Amino acid sequence: MDRHRFRSPLNRAMGLGSAKAGFGHWWTERITAVALIPLSVWFAASLIAHSGSNYQTFIGWMGSPIPAALMILLLITLFWHAALGLQVVIEDYVHSSAQIWMLLATRFACFALAATGIVSTLRIAIGAWAAN
Amino acid sequence: LPTGKAEEWIVENVPSRHVRPLSPNIQIYQPQLTSVLSIANRIAGVLLSACAVVLVGWLIAAASGPEVYLRFHDLIASWPGQILLLIGTFAFFLHLCGGIRHLVWDTVRGFELRQIYASGWMVVAASVVLTLVCWFASLLIVGQG
Repeated sequence: MDRHRFRSPLNRAMGLGSAKAGFGHWWTERITAVALIPLSVWFAASLIAHSGSNYQTFIGWMGSPIPAALMILLLITLFWHAALGLQVVIEDYVHSSAQIWMLLATRFACFALAATGIVSTLRIAIGAWAAN
Repeated sequence: LPTGKAEEWIVENVPSRHVRPLSPNIQIYQPQLTSVLSIANRIAGVLLSACAVVLVGWLIAAASGPEVYLRFHDLIASWPGQILLLIGTFAFFLHLCGGIRHLVWDTVRGFELRQIYASGWMVVAASVVLTLVCWFASLLIVGQG
């Protein structure tokens, strides 16, 4: 991550912009957004293509290496992006003491959901491999 | 300085603590494409986070075997499920197109007022068209299968 291209030394010296981790947050939100463009479009297109598929066809496809890997990448970037976005929404609109608890809960939920999704995908992939 | 005096001194002398007039409430502004799309992008993002929970539920169902998967599938195929899926599809394309618009803005392009309105209407039109295309394609494939 090359921060110097995005923040001039003068800006940093004058204390303009974020004094803390704001730039990292903003930048990570962009990286995950760019990654999500191809990953989410791939996922939407795959869902449409499998609209009429039965369980076995669908599982056989999802369990093959490339779709399973893309699914795991999608889950990581999706929940990372969601955690960052929801954090900003909570910081902007929740001003009571509930804020810190909501921030903690959303962050934990995003990690837990990503982990659960990844384990499920791996289970489908291992099941498909064992069936062959 | 006594405690009360210190606070008084800070309010008078520290610019960030001056008592400033508050901005008018958001309700008195006429809704504009720019502001509506801005908040719509956030709402769509929050909605998509809820959809992401459903996505994980769907993966758990798929990993649990055909019976659980079929039960989940029936839930999605019910008409409340289909309406939520339609809203989710539209939210997905609105957030995708709106996000691409934001990424273009991050390169310091497209800030002329006319360009902002042009890209805004493009986001709206593309989201509607892509949602319809997806649903027609999906229904066509289901019909053939």
